Amino acid sequence: MRVPLSWLREYVDLPEAENGRGVAARLIDAGFEVEAVEQLGADIKGPLVVGQVLAIEELEGFKKPIRYCQVNVGSANGSGEPQNIVCGARNFAVGDKVVVILPGGVLPGNFEIAARKTYGKVSEGMICSARELGLGDDHDGIIVLPPEYEPGTDAVELLQMVDEILDIDVTPDRGYCMSLRGLAREVATAYGLPLRDPALLDVTPPNGAGPQVRISDAVQADGCDLFVARAVVGLDPAARTPIWMQRRIQKAGMRPVSLIVDVANYVMLEIGQPLHTYDRGRVSGAIGVRRAEPDEVVTTLDGAKRKLVGGRDLVITDDSGPIGLAGVMGGGSTEIGPESTDVVIEAAHFDPPSISRTARRLKLPSEAAKRFERGTDPAAAAAAAQRAVDLLQLLGGETALVEAGVTEVGGVRPLAPITMPADHPDRVAGVTYGRETVVRRLQEVGCAVSGSDVLTVVPPSWRPDLVEVNDLAEEVLRLEGYDRIPSTMPHLPPGTGLTAGQRARRRTGRALAGAGFVEAPSFPFLDASVFDALGLDADDERRRTVDLVNPLNADEASMRTTLLPGLLAALRRNVGRGTHDVALFENGLVFVRREGQAPAAPRLAVDRRPTDEELASLEAALPAQPRHVAVVLAGQFGPAGWWGEGREASWADAVQAARVVADAVGVELVPRQASYAPWHPGRCAELRLGGPDGRVVGHAGELHPRVVKALELPERTSAMELDFDALVRAAEASDAVQAGRISSYPVATQDVALVVDAAVPAGEVEAALRDGAGELLESLRLFDVFEGEQIGAGKKSLAYALRFRAPDRTLTADDASAARDAAVAAASTRVGAVLRG
Amino acid sequence: MSAPNKSYDPVEVEALKPEEVERARDAALAAIAEAADLEALHAARVAHDGDRSPLALANREIGALPPQAKADAGRRVGAARGAVRKALKERQEQLEAERDARVLVEETVDVTLPYDRAPRGARHPLTAVFERVEDVFVGMGYEVAEGPEVEAEWYNFDALNFKPDHPARALQDTFFVKGADGSEESGVVMRTHTSPVQARTMLTRKPPIYIIAPGRTYRTDELDATHLPVFNQVEGLAVDKGLTMGDLKGTLDTFARSMFGEGVVTRLRPHFFPFTEPSAEMDLQCFVCHGASVGNPDRPCRTCSSEGWIEWGGCGVVNPRVLVACGIDPEVYSGFAFGMGLDRSLMFRNGVEDMRDIIEGDTRFALQLGREI
Repeated sequence: MRVPLSWLREYVDLPEAENGRGVAARLIDAGFEVEAVEQLGADIKGPLVVGQVLAIEELEGFKKPIRYCQVNVGSANGSGEPQNIVCGARNFAVGDKVVVILPGGVLPGNFEIAARKTYGKVSEGMICSARELGLGDDHDGIIVLPPEYEPGTDAVELLQMVDEILDIDVTPDRGYCMSLRGLAREVATAYGLPLRDPALLDVTPPNGAGPQVRISDAVQADGCDLFVARAVVGLDPAARTPIWMQRRIQKAGMRPVSLIVDVANYVMLEIGQPLHTYDRGRVSGAIGVRRAEPDEVVTTLDGAKRKLVGGRDLVITDDSGPIGLAGVMGGGSTEIGPESTDVVIEAAHFDPPSISRTARRLKLPSEAAKRFERGTDPAAAAAAAQRAVDLLQLLGGETALVEAGVTEVGGVRPLAPITMPADHPDRVAGVTYGRETVVRRLQEVGCAVSGSDVLTVVPPSWRPDLVEVNDLAEEVLRLEGYDRIPSTMPHLPPGTGLTAGQRARRRTGRALAGAGFVEAPSFPFLDASVFDALGLDADDERRRTVDLVNPLNADEASMRTTLLPGLLAALRRNVGRGTHDVALFENGLVFVRREGQAPAAPRLAVDRRPTDEELASLEAALPAQPRHVAVVLAGQFGPAGWWGEGREASWADAVQAARVVADAVGVELVPRQASYAPWHPGRCAELRLGGPDGRVVGHAGELHPRVVKALELPERTSAMELDFDALVRAAEASDAVQAGRISSYPVATQDVALVVDAAVPAGEVEAALRDGAGELLESLRLFDVFEGEQIGAGKKSLAYALRFRAPDRTLTADDASAARDAAVAAASTRVGAVLRG
Repeated sequence: MSAPNKSYDPVEVEALKPEEVERARDAALAAIAEAADLEALHAARVAHDGDRSPLALANREIGALPPQAKADAGRRVGAARGAVRKALKERQEQLEAERDARVLVEETVDVTLPYDRAPRGARHPLTAVFERVEDVFVGMGYEVAEGPEVEAEWYNFDALNFKPDHPARALQDTFFVKGADGSEESGVVMRTHTSPVQARTMLTRKPPIYIIAPGRTYRTDELDATHLPVFNQVEGLAVDKGLTMGDLKGTLDTFARSMFGEGVVTRLRPHFFPFTEPSAEMDLQCFVCHGASVGNPDRPCRTCSSEGWIEWGGCGVVNPRVLVACGIDPEVYSGFAFGMGLDRSLMFRNGVEDMRDIIEGDTRFALQLGREI
């Protein structure tokens, strides 16, 4: 809502010296978001005057028609002689009154005017358009003024060009502030000044003799509970909107159109009641309001055919059918035109949700809809209609006549009284206001207040948002000032700190960062075609996406089922920006449609706690949303330097990253050779939980070369992804780790080199050695892998360093050898290992 | 020791004459002083203090002297040998120290050589912000609650007093989620705020409740320098007996101080949110210009856009209707709630100029900011 300060002053006698910033500060304190205080006309300098066009010479031979005009500017130029002005616009004639800026003047945008030669003539000033004056975007041409103004009159004053505009973002609960009336009330309260209510005027009571209106009881009960109709006849189609009204409409951010439309808009801005005007000659029979029929269509006055939802949208009808979208936009068939002389004015009260629904579905956020959906003041409807007919009679020419008939269907429903303990605002705020203050503040809001310890409060008709005790408390608190509220601290019961999962997440992030990965929370939207690039099977679970109805872009219509596409995109971005050594990680949710997921979540009641069954029905419609952790890396993992070569990132770093995560969470992960998209079939480890569980919780390795190519990734890009939730659950399910006694007896070391088939995984050899070596084995380390002629084709040699130690004695050479032999024997039995000679 | 030599006059043994002993001593001391390194000193030691050195040989002759002369000569030779050994020891120490010093000089390296041999990683700055916020509230006794990001509309809107077809619902531009059958009206959305976690908490726990709900949220804002369709919030909820707006203010003041420093000034401004009543916006006085940039074009402030105040978040007293929908008796309990955008906090606190840097995963962003911030 844009509020000209000059207009506001009409209803509140603000101190002369007060300015827009001052009013804005008070309004902000009262809870209004003042986006800006615009200084209109601050950059305009005269002489800017009324001129009368005396003569026009059409200049030929230029790319566009140019006029050389003589304009009478009275004595404004000092000489009284006509001013010669070159003008490119054509929408004026000899005798017209126009706005002229003379040399020395400055237009908005620091546009200094001087006499200058152009098109072969000297132009002494400029004939101005509305846009050049900063009055609006209307670029139809220059402004032609009504004939009554004398040449030489100061146009800065005439066009009310100097003003301050408060641009206020009205919150959805305060519909009444979508008007000068409402904001003036707030300003009056903020300054402790009386309000001149523009809706307080002599209103002709309804008499049943006005325009015919028929509304069923059902629609009156739900949809339109009040419809006031008035008529004005004999309007002079040539009657124009006076400049003061045009200017106010412009300053409020709307466009002047024609007298009838302007009056309706002006009254809406002033009182907050949207009015609709019908050309009476084009309405056939009684006006009605009803819900749309199925598949009904109405042509709105913007020319669009609107398909309606039967039983939902409210329409205005006459005998011909629907003639408008109630409260949202009028229809083309009864629209006011340039010839209209007789007009029916509608001032109605519509059900806010219904208007909101229709306006939103049809994307028609009209000025009327914005007000109706927030709730209008039904008690002001008749006054608004009265104000409109009064203005039309005043401005519509000598023959204009307000018809005596006043129609009013339905009535004003009183708002329900609210019972509130007088100290409730005190308890909400933690401040002792006292009953007297509470009552006074509520009265300032417009409430009728009675009672002593317990107050009965009837909200004013323009405050349908006041329903409960806290609504009233807020009014008291904000008018008393939020700065009165003290800063106190609640007394909290002790908390239990972070959960195990939250702590594990922190450790994981730190560990991965410590290991050289950079955290990159990536974009969670994806295009399902990425799954083809990743080489996923048609029935791969990761294709079970959660899809958006209204994605920002068509190629971001699904939510991620895996972290890899987002991370790989980030990796590609880094490479594209010249960072070739990239190691990224992310820890975040993925979304997978579940088998048997319910198609929809019901809309449960809100007037009580839903039952557990009802709550379960909500969960049934939600997808699985496990937390994953993933890494991707490419280039060098550890750069080259003066110390020597860098190290190429590889599948092994991806698997190691999984170990880092497992270690941080506190679980054991066992890698196993696997074939799983999007990984290289020979360089992919599936990662299983250690121990009896053994579930696969993720994969790591190098990406499939086809995937690397399809996604334009660096060669040998590697990746790892784990179900983090599964890791945390496993960690939580395991018992607390028990500390073993640290033996201080000496260590006995033994090295063994084993020859096995090349296909035997080292993990299995190690497992066999560990099992065979028994309890004396303290640690085991693979220190060499060798393949070559000495070993034989299809074989490999694995060399291990074994360290043995006993908790209670010094091991003899025989002890250590026996343990080593047992280890080798186990490896021999389980994986066919042969001790290398 | 050799046997007494009867052939000489014992008193006349040449080597034991005082002048001979003195000469030998002086020669030794001179050699020691002249030894330039440990090798030369070793040679001097052998020559002047070895078994075959003049003083050692002279010492051997003492036994042949008559008793009176024996004592004299013994003292003389002993004193000379003592002086030589002392000199040897001192010179040895001196030369060793010189050698050690020389070796250390020779072993000197350039310690400014870079050694960024291990790859450098970092957590995302938002993670650091999240942890900081969590730690502040955990310190106060709050717990950290979490919930799904794909959420039922009932939790995201209805339970929070966003009525169907109310314009407030349209304030949050919502990603709607297709149903499992592809339908467009599934009653499921990407959560537009973390408030549904508040509802879930109230539905499953009994007061007193003190939680914060940090997490990712979604709105259909086109990605640009100041908008992210995916952003991060932290919300707080307290439900207890007798909580007031003052308690909310105190809690937020504590929070603001922990994030922006002791001197930070806050203000509450009345506002509207469906789930709180009364509601407020919380502003921070600009912690960079402290308001000095307002109406002062010569000293513009980038942090607050010369407005003096920075909008930090929304808050208020929990609307009793929300309590009712979540099964809490508003006659017994009251509560307060608040919410802040953490991406925005990161922006104005750490001077991030373009929000896209937060989401694009460019490693340079996290590496420059990703420690405790």
